[in-house]
Amino acid sequence: MNLGQHFYLREVVSGLVLTAGHFFRNLGRHVAHSLGKKDARGAVTIQYPEERRPLSPRLRTLHRLVRREDGSPRCVACMMCETVCPARCIYIVADEHPNPEIEKMPQRFDIDLGKCVFCGYCVEACPEDAIRMDTGILEFSAYDRRSMVYTKEMLLSLEPAGANGRPRSPIPIPARRNAG
Amino acid sequence: MNLVADLGIAFGRVAFVMAFVLNTAAILGWVERKQSAIMQDRIGANRASIFGIRAMGLFHPLADTLKMLTKEDFRPARADKLLFSLAPFVSVLFALAAFATIPFGNTLTIGERVIPLQAVTLNVGILYVFAMLSLGVYGVMMAGWASGNNFAILGGARAAALMISAEIAIGASIVGVVMVYGSLNMMDIARAQGELLWGWVPKWGLITQPLAFILFLTGGIAATKRIPFDMPEGESEIIGYNVEYSGMKFGMFLMTDMVETTVLAGMCTALFLGGWQVPFLFAEGFLFPWGAAVMLSPLTVTILQVGAFVTKVAVMIFILMLIRWTLPRFRYDQAMKLGWLGLFPLSILNVVLTGAVILAWGSR
Repeated sequence: MNLGQHFYLREVVSGLVLTAGHFFRNLGRHVAHSLGKKDARGAVTIQYPEERRPLSPRLRTLHRLVRREDGSPRCVACMMCETVCPARCIYIVADEHPNPEIEKMPQRFDIDLGKCVFCGYCVEACPEDAIRMDTGILEFSAYDRRSMVYTKEMLLSLEPAGANGRPRSPIPIPARRNAG
Repeated sequence: MNLVADLGIAFGRVAFVMAFVLNTAAILGWVERKQSAIMQDRIGANRASIFGIRAMGLFHPLADTLKMLTKEDFRPARADKLLFSLAPFVSVLFALAAFATIPFGNTLTIGERVIPLQAVTLNVGILYVFAMLSLGVYGVMMAGWASGNNFAILGGARAAALMISAEIAIGASIVGVVMVYGSLNMMDIARAQGELLWGWVPKWGLITQPLAFILFLTGGIAATKRIPFDMPEGESEIIGYNVEYSGMKFGMFLMTDMVETTVLAGMCTALFLGGWQVPFLFAEGFLFPWGAAVMLSPLTVTILQVGAFVTKVAVMIFILMLIRWTLPRFRYDQAMKLGWLGLFPLSILNVVLTGAVILAWGSR
């Protein structure tokens, strides 16, 4: 350390000048903003519940099950997603499909979101493009672990996110199963 | 009748100072949040609202107080009942009492009474403020000891060690100021700072004692126990003397910090920034060195002086907050080293230099 560094003072003053510069510049921008210059921003803060960050279209959000044109799920219960899932959070029970052209359909298709790690492997593994992660829904929560299990009906009810990245369907509220 | 008037005047002086200090301390919570936020390109707390009015987060101190008052007031089983409860009160009491001798204006003349504008007129005002600031550490030590928690004891011991190393530097750096203005009375010191050097430079402490100002400020920040000298708290290592406190008792320690910041700002103002002096403002009005003059009534002069004092304190608080939110914290041994090997010898050097200059000045 040379003498100047030993006395701290020069470095302290340069630090204070830096932070004071930020203070006055941001203060000026805040004042300009409140006086009507709306493009002057004194902070990088996004006021979350009212303002949202734009989401990338590639972002993996809540899953949904895609429907056929007749409204039945595209899923053929091939168990690929259940097999590939590293978190083992998918649970499928297969059933006969009424249409003889289609081999099977899921009777149950549960995703335990409490376990899901949002890796997207299920989407990639699916041969029928029956599961996607494009709902744009990020805020799902529950008071207990059972309620984090999303059923086939809930996953089928979801729509892909709109062009602005905002979710178009409401967050499905899980029914309390086996309460207590 | 005279007695009643005297009592009323005394009460008014104390009430003004108390209201000033308490309100400043209360609003400092908001200032700290907002200033740090703006410095760091953030917005800061702005959610507390009353009927949808947010007022830039001004209600947050109120919400905090309500929160602290309604929280559980927990006392550990091993804690000393009396001392544990007494500690926050001791700490806040001495911090509040410290402001008493800091003058906030010259004299106010009502009728034939001349009222000095300071809560208590003491001939040894400076010593009184130091005494109060040093006694404040007893609250912290008490809290550390009475909590029955090892981390709290460590915090208390650190507070004591830090206070001693800071106090010595503060005391020695102030000697220079006392030598220049020749008084321990803070009102006299403030008055003396109104004189002019070479006919045009205000004789503020900042100009006559620049080194002492830096030493005093550093020692003073250490005495307030805030970052960069937050060894007694040391949130990242020992949590500190207030680890066992909850509810409003914890809030009182927070308040002590704010009050001490205010006191430090007041001390800096009174000793180094000319106290209530406005440059070139004398009892008759503005008398500029180039001959211009603006005559003012005595009341206007007093109002200007009190306004100048409040403004200077506000600026000083801004600088203190700026320092607190800019510098990283010192390690414990670094702070000790700075106090004993940095500030103390420099303040002694300052005394010697001041003495030499005064001697040379006087013999001229």
